[in-house]
Amino acid sequence: MNGAQRIPILKVGRVLVVPVQVDMDDQTVIGLQERILSELERTGARGVLIDISLLEMVDSFIGRMLSDIAAMARVMDARTVVVGIQPAVAITLVELGLELRGVDTVLNVDEGIKLLRDEFGADDDERDEEEAELQGEWHSFGEPRHQA
Amino acid sequence: MESRAIRLESEHDIVVARGEVRAMAVALGFGLIDQTRLATVASELARNIIKYAGRGRVIAQAAEHADGRTGMRLIFEDSGGGIPNIEAAMRDGFSTGRGLGQGLPGSRRLAHEFQIESSPARGTRVTVVRWR
Ligand SMILES: Nc1ncnc2c1ncn2[C@@H]1O[C@H](COP(=O)(O)OP(=O)(O)OP(=O)(O)O)[C@@H](O)[C@H]1O
Ligand SMILES: [Mg+2]
Repeated sequence: MNGAQRIPILKVGRVLVVPVQVDMDDQTVIGLQERILSELERTGARGVLIDISLLEMVDSFIGRMLSDIAAMARVMDARTVVVGIQPAVAITLVELGLELRGVDTVLNVDEGIKLLRDEFGADDDERDEEEAELQGEWHSFGEPRHQA
Repeated sequence: MESRAIRLESEHDIVVARGEVRAMAVALGFGLIDQTRLATVASELARNIIKYAGRGRVIAQAAEHADGRTGMRLIFEDSGGGIPNIEAAMRDGFSTGRGLGQGLPGSRRLAHEFQIESSPARGTRVTVVRWR
């Protein structure tokens, strides 16, 4: 059984959106990293948006995963944005001495999408209707919405 | 709630340990940032035990300062091979694994008190205290 399978990877336009909703054990972290990279390869997405707003803690293991994903995505010509880091988590990360090298952090999903769109242009967002249907909380690529 | 031991025997126990430590921090009245600091320390030091010693335990307990403050003490114990050079291990960026070498020095920064004892014969014990 692979715990990582529980974390969805959604494709919104040319961005992979990864809502991390559980306290991940190390195997889940590793599995998620592998799945993100293979999805990048499969879809040719240009951006990866990792929503960690529900994570109550980021330790050196998860921090390294975020940096590694960003580094590998860059090789595949995609940019990584981490959104929604909780203030207490951000403070703890700094004290721990982690800098999340190569990772852009923004406050919310809207900002993250905007940043990624600016990066590769609005015309690029041919959106995958079928996958968008599945998402529900993702209103549209232009107006991302988070359901409370 | 005064003191409890959490077994560290598999990777999953790292998740259990940080959850339990956070819950106890909440019960002891720590605020959100301190809860996060304590859970992060638990995650780092529990992972070190799983990764470098194979197994061990963490004892979480309420602590009382001479000046009346209350806090939380975490004692991480294992009987693994120990740390040959503690001074080096405490340095930012030092790792014999493929880690960032941030676990020990970072945990020291996240705590108010930090103590480490290690020997090849007896293993490693790291004690941290965070006061409220
Ligand atoms: N319980 C332990 N038993 C034996 N050796 C240990 C133990 N804890 C830490 N060490 C040694 O100390 C080194 C530094 O530990 P530290 O947690 O700072 O970094 P790391 O585990 O290598 O990387 P990171 O925690 O950033 O992923 C380790 O690489 C390991 O050699
Ligand atoms: Mg470590």
